[in-house]
Order: sequence, then structure tokens, then C-alpha cells
Amino acid sequence: MSASSTLRVARLVAAKDLRVEWRSRVVSNQVLPFAVLVMILFAFALDSDAVLERVAPGLVWLATIFSVLFLVARTYAVETADGALDALRSAGVEPMGIFLGKAAALAVQLLVLEALLVSAAIVLYRADPTASGIVLLVTTALVATVGLASVATLYGGLAAGVKGRETLLPLLLLPVVAPVLIGATRATESAFRTNGIAVSEGWPWLGLLAVFAAIFSVVGAVAFGSLIDE
Amino acid sequence: MTATAADPKRRERVTGTPFTRALGVVTLVGIAWLVLFGLFVTPADINQGESVRIMYAHVPGAWLAYLAFVVTAISSAMYLFRRTRSLVWDRIAGASAEIGVLFMGISLVTGSLWGRITWGTFWTWDARLTTTAFLFVTYVGYLAVRNLGGTHHQRARRSAVLALLAVLEIPLVHFSVELWNSLHQEASVVGNTDVTMDGLMLFTLFLGVIVFTLMYVWMLMHRQRSLTLQDMVDDIGLDVALAARRAEAGAS
Amino acid sequence: MKDAGFIVASYVVTFGSIGLFVSLVVSRARRVSRQIPPEDRPWT
Repeated sequence: MSASSTLRVARLVAAKDLRVEWRSRVVSNQVLPFAVLVMILFAFALDSDAVLERVAPGLVWLATIFSVLFLVARTYAVETADGALDALRSAGVEPMGIFLGKAAALAVQLLVLEALLVSAAIVLYRADPTASGIVLLVTTALVATVGLASVATLYGGLAAGVKGRETLLPLLLLPVVAPVLIGATRATESAFRTNGIAVSEGWPWLGLLAVFAAIFSVVGAVAFGSLIDE
Repeated sequence: MTATAADPKRRERVTGTPFTRALGVVTLVGIAWLVLFGLFVTPADINQGESVRIMYAHVPGAWLAYLAFVVTAISSAMYLFRRTRSLVWDRIAGASAEIGVLFMGISLVTGSLWGRITWGTFWTWDARLTTTAFLFVTYVGYLAVRNLGGTHHQRARRSAVLALLAVLEIPLVHFSVELWNSLHQEASVVGNTDVTMDGLMLFTLFLGVIVFTLMYVWMLMHRQRSLTLQDMVDDIGLDVALAARRAEAGAS
Repeated sequence: MKDAGFIVASYVVTFGSIGLFVSLVVSRARRVSRQIPPEDRPWT
């Protein structure tokens, strides 16, 4: 199995996942509205414009992380419904390719979600980023998403399929994404200029996000095979 | 129910061997010694007063939890290496993780009580405490995954990968929280458990670590044997089911 | 000494939970072992 065949598999799997979503519209009709709803509910719970403005960055990434659980469950439900994952494996398809493909498709969906949530924060919580803040925001979203998609695809593979396992995913995944939550929120605080924090203070946090992304994309690609080999 | 011919009322010795019985006795003596010294014989601390007595249970508990999780990680790796693959390693990993979660829970509770006395608060989000809580939740998840079912080897492989991922995440989480806390100054003041220790206190702490280690080894041996018995029973059940299946197929 | 309660509670929680764990492990082992005769156990 060569690198190019792995990449080919990845491209095919990613395209398949995105096509399934495009046709079924589950993410756009269900998960995105859920995420916006979470943002609205935060406003009911926190009941103060000043507080909301201050915690807006954290709320954006909290809503993202909760939504990831649904996105991952969805991406694996698609496979296990027809035993597709098992069929892929017994056909000898390179698991690293499957991992990269599913992670890539998940990343695309995540980026759409994050764009929506940032917009919601600007509208609902009066977030007010400058131009350089937006550059920081986009970069943060990209790097954080690589990490989130990798780790979510990895743990999703472990929790997929058999009854009683899907409820395990939040317990396993949420602790792991803590560094992403911390790093992305701090960077977004700078981008939104919350509490007078300068945009320049946000860039170091990207280092943390990059390390996380690097580690889990590599580890995920390597470990994925042994988790779905059952 | 099999009754022993000698004396049906005598409690059956199951996972015990002469070694574990001796170990158990030594451990009990050690526990009594530790409690005596910890609660009564050692002096109060200059700064913290009597509350320092909690340290003799809290600190050894934390250290042994870390040791238990290291054992889990090493055993998991041993299982994953093809040359040393054996379910024995899987059962050691599982038993050690259970004890690790137990000790970590004890450490969190005692630490919380100690904090309430010394700093007036049950909790603070410093790097050490937060990573401890993270570890606790992670290994609770590990134990949940071990009970998902499937064959013994499926269980072993899933949890082995998970254990090694957990080890990978610990420095990441610790580092992130530390970075995060560097933004807040007060976290480094609260959460400081510096104790000026005299000889007797140091000895008692050392004694605590020894006693907790003995407890850990004793519990690990018994729990690992218990898991072995459970796996053997599962295999018997499987053999019976397979034999029944074959009989059915033969008859039809 | 008002903190005595917390200090004693710490020791009770510590050794109490350990004792509980031990009794659970031992009783579980006893229950399971009824189906495995002593000769088959690897450590006896």
C-alpha cells in the first residue's frame, strides 16, 4: 500500500462522506440549527449582555465541541448502517486512508459550523473583531479544526457501531479536547478584543493548537486501523 | 454449589496464596502503624496546623495512582507488541486501572478536604489539580470501554490503545492548563502545599508510600486473579455454546 | 479543634473506600470461582 493509494482512498472516502451529507442535509438541517440553538440558550442562562460579550469566545467553542459529538456520531452512523466500514476493511482498504478521508470530511463540516457560530457571536453577543482579528480567527479555526477532526474521527471509530457504545463517545472525547478548548478560546478572545486583550496576544495559543493538531493527526492515522479492526 | 468436604462452613480461599496472605498481614500492620502515626504521633505543622495529617493519606494516594496508571500503560504496550501478546497483560492493565481510579478518587477527595481547611476552598483550577481531575475522568472512561463486551482480545486491544492515548494526552492537558493559569496570578498561591517537614513527618510520609504500595500490590494480585477467573468462566461458557451449536448442526 | 472532622473524614474515606473495594473484589472472585475448580487456577 503506497502513499498515493492511501491518498486516493482518502479522497474517495472524503468525497463520499461529503456527498452523503449534501444529499441528506442532516448536518445542515439538524446539527447547525442545534449549534445556533445552544448559542441562544446560553443567552437565556447567562442573562447579561456584558457577561455574554465577555464569554462569547468560550461559548463559540463550547457550542462547537458539543456539536462535534453529533457530527461524529453522524459520520459513523452512515458507515455502520449497511456495515460499510466492515466491508471496506475486509476488502483490504488501507485504514489510514479511511481515517484521513473521514477526518477531512469532518473538518469541512466543522469549518462551516465554526463560521456560522462566529457569525452568531457577532450578531447575538456583540463580538467585534478587527481585520487582523479576523485573520487570527480564520487561522485559529483552521488549526483547531485539524486537531478536533483528527481526535474526533479516532475516538468515533472506537465508539461506532455496536449498541451501547455511542453514549461512550462524549465521556471519551470531551476530556481529550480540553487543550483545544483552552487554546482556541484564548486565541478567539484576542481576535474579538474581549476585555481589551490585544490581537497579538492570541498568536502564541496557535502554537498549542498546532502541536495538538500535529500529534493527533499522526497518532490518529496510525492508531485508527487497530481500533476499527474487529 | 461445590461444598468442600472438610468443612462446608469454612470460607473458601479463592484468589489467595501463602504469599498474598503474608502480604496482607504485613499490610494490615502497616496500615495500623500509619494511622497511629498520622493521626496521633506526628506533630502538627508550623504553618498548616493539624490539617497536615491529611497529607499522609493524600500524597501516597496520589503517587500510587500515578504508579497504577503507569503500570496500565506499560501492560497495555506489552499486550500490543506481538511478541509479548497475552491476555495476562490485559488483565493486569485493567486491574491496575481500577485501583488507580480508586486511589485517584481518594486523592481528589482528601485533597479537597485539605484544601478546604488550608485555603478555604474545596477546589482550584491549577495545573496539577485540573490534570488530576482529567486523569480521573479519562480512566473512568477507560474502565467503561473495558466493559463494552466482545471477545477478550477485542477488549484488550481497544483498551490498550485507549490507555496509550491517555498517556499521550496527559502532558498536553497539563501544559495547556499551566499556560492558561499563567494568565491568572492567584492560581499559584492557592494550591501551594509546601510543608516544612521534620524528621518524623518525613518518615511517616515515607511509611505512607510503603503501606499504599503494599495495598496496591495486594489488591492488584487479587483483582487480576479475579479477572482471570472471570475470563476462564467466559471461555467455558463459550465452549459450551459452541458444543451445543455443533450438536445442533450434527443432528440436523 | 474544629478541623478534626475533616481530618478524620479523610482517613475514613481513604481506608473505608479501600476496604469496600477489597470486599467487592473478594466477593466477586468467590462467586465466579465456584465454576472453576482449584486445580485449574494458575496460581494454586
